[in-house]
Amino acid sequence: MIAEFGLAALWLAAALAALQLFAGASALRGGGAGQVSALVRPVAVVQGVLTALSFAALLLLFVRTDLSVKLVAANSHSAKPLIYKLAGAWGNHEGSMLLWVTVMAGMGALIALLERRLPERTMLATLATQAFVGLGFYAFLLFSSNPFERLPAPAPEGMGLNPLLQDIGLAFHPPTLYLGYVGLSLAFSFAVGALLTGEVGPAFARVMRPWVLLAWIFLTIGITAGSYWAYYELGWGGWWFWDPVENASLMPWLAGTALLHSASVLAARDALRAWTVMLGVVAFSMSMVGTFLVRSGILTSVHAFAVDPERGTFILVLLAIYIGGALTLFALRAGSIAEGERFSATSREGALVFNNVMLSAILGIVLLGTLYPLLTEAFGVKVSVGPPYFNPVSAIFAVPMLVVMAAGPLLRWRKDRLARVRGPLILIGLVFAALLAALLVWRPFGLLPLLGLTLSVPLAVASVLPLRGRDLRRLPLAVWGMVIAHFGLAVALFGMAADSALTVEKLAAAKIGDVTKVGPWTVELEGVEPVGGPNWIALEGRMSASYRGGKPIPIAPQSRSFWAPPQQTTESALLTRWNGQLYAVLGDETDDGRWQLRLWWKPFVTCIWFGGLLVALGGFLALLGRVATDLRRRVATHKIAVRKRELEKAQGQ
Amino acid sequence: MNTGIKPKHQRLVLVVIALAALVGAGLLAAWALRSQASYFYVPSEMQAAPPQVGQAVRLGGMVEQGSLKTLPDGVTISFVVQDGKARIPVRYAGIVPDLFVEGSGVVAEGRLDPAGTFVADTLLAKHDENYVPRELKDMTEAQAKAAVAETR
Repeated sequence: MIAEFGLAALWLAAALAALQLFAGASALRGGGAGQVSALVRPVAVVQGVLTALSFAALLLLFVRTDLSVKLVAANSHSAKPLIYKLAGAWGNHEGSMLLWVTVMAGMGALIALLERRLPERTMLATLATQAFVGLGFYAFLLFSSNPFERLPAPAPEGMGLNPLLQDIGLAFHPPTLYLGYVGLSLAFSFAVGALLTGEVGPAFARVMRPWVLLAWIFLTIGITAGSYWAYYELGWGGWWFWDPVENASLMPWLAGTALLHSASVLAARDALRAWTVMLGVVAFSMSMVGTFLVRSGILTSVHAFAVDPERGTFILVLLAIYIGGALTLFALRAGSIAEGERFSATSREGALVFNNVMLSAILGIVLLGTLYPLLTEAFGVKVSVGPPYFNPVSAIFAVPMLVVMAAGPLLRWRKDRLARVRGPLILIGLVFAALLAALLVWRPFGLLPLLGLTLSVPLAVASVLPLRGRDLRRLPLAVWGMVIAHFGLAVALFGMAADSALTVEKLAAAKIGDVTKVGPWTVELEGVEPVGGPNWIALEGRMSASYRGGKPIPIAPQSRSFWAPPQQTTESALLTRWNGQLYAVLGDETDDGRWQLRLWWKPFVTCIWFGGLLVALGGFLALLGRVATDLRRRVATHKIAVRKRELEKAQGQ
Repeated sequence: MNTGIKPKHQRLVLVVIALAALVGAGLLAAWALRSQASYFYVPSEMQAAPPQVGQAVRLGGMVEQGSLKTLPDGVTISFVVQDGKARIPVRYAGIVPDLFVEGSGVVAEGRLDPAGTFVADTLLAKHDENYVPRELKDMTEAQAKAAVAETR
């Protein structure tokens, strides 16, 4: 019954999306008045509730391990811990697509409920667009990937979830990323809605900004968490592989970051109108391209679990309709968007434009590098594109962007002189020069790690400079958000550069009792023991590690064998200090009874993820600030309205 | 770009700058991709037209039965990758993927050394039923066809 209920709710939600599109579109044509337009908001809310019920039904099926449902039988197992049963619901194609439409309809419901600042016509156009995009994914879900399909006869036992995915961090990785990916659909709908009605201005930017910010925060957390997962779960010691699927999450993030910055120019200064609309379209387009790459399996990827080439065609058609349609609309209507305010090159706007252009260039480089293997394969040549391309080429644009990022927040809007901020700029430059000299004397580094290290510290200094001379207690939260996000980026950059510049790796075959040195650590292999878990058995290396001859700390990397489905995974052991991590992996036993060990000492590597979380925290503070301002404004306008009414009453008497 | 110029001109200047940067990025990417993309070889291709020594490439094929040896240091292995027509010796230092065994398919990322041995940085083996490097999947199908053709 639960499965049928979930499916019915889904069909009903799809029908409501069609109604929402129809009502919104006809209200727009008829001038926005009348009874049809009154339908749009309630329909959007009910649609959101129905998809949520549908998703809850799927969760319940997984919790109960209802093996008569094909998806549960293929992805779950009765012996799995509860949390991974739940994670199994979205750790597969059908479930993740249901999550996609649930988030999409939920976001639509939220703006229908909460957003009252835009002109009603633009709002109707936005909700109609959201429904239009949603419809395509409903069709995809219902016609080609029904999550509630029953088996002719219930399976005796489930096939289990890929063991690599049975990890607490990964359980919440897809939902977080999807909130980010799909949250950007609002940016798309707002942009298309504003294009349709031609109402692009500061009000539009102020309305769109908190929603983009919300999606962007989730995207930032999702990417950071995904990177950490890849780091400790895959056992390769790397934290970013430029894998197509990683790029698929990075591209919407780059576009979303650019969008946030250009929206702040539009909100504060009414400039960059067409550009902001364009970025709104591009950001969600990148989300859809990402989905296409992940779900179609056309690219080699460590994420290529459970893929189906036929479904790729469906998503490709959706992509062509939505992206092509939006870009055509943009081309037709961009000319009618009035020119925004002007500004000087040396100004906050100027710096933000530079940031936008550089982010777009990096986006282009990542996109081209990701799609290049597809392109060459069409000509029968197989290639793969990796760090030797992505690192230097994106750095060419990232480095100037970071330099301008140090100075930009110090500049005033509209028009400024560099001479006015000479003091801080000299300070930043001195920090840079001193650090560069020190590192050059210390020892040779590669160019990119050297640049990263020397840029990160002055960048961190520059990021807190906007606080100088301001009353910290009265500073708007949004400014705190900017400062913390920029500081977080500097911290992450420092972690990345430190990892690639200072990591020490040691590969050894050790007998029981042997001592291996890696960097400042000495690691002794004390034994290898078999251990067992709920659905796996493992060989566990018992080691003790001591830092510069200090107290030995036990660590225990494992080589795990799961039996449902049968697969081996490597569980690395991590030992975290304030100044870095020791990373240990246990390999095979050699013929003469030694054990292969792979050890890394990675100084300051954790800064990468702390930095990422700080960036997300900055976004969260900015969001809080925006929402608080809006609430205050609402309360104030309400008070004014009440007072006006009282005054009229008094005058009437 | 001072505020004295006409609005229309500023928009034009911005568009031109943005376009120039994007086209520049595109050209740079195209140039870098040509030189930095790593090409995929099977052993017979590598023997017929070997890549330059030191250039990063990928080699895919089957691990020859009986060729897998561990060197005395305990962490370096050597084996032969073959595709039925040619054999390429491979050396790899590190922990091998869990399903890496003789007779199974492998994709090695690395470079040729002057002696003609392929030195691998990374080995990709068939991970499980759901994750097969795509080159491997294609190759084994092609090989299956070739094997059928040969036995006729």
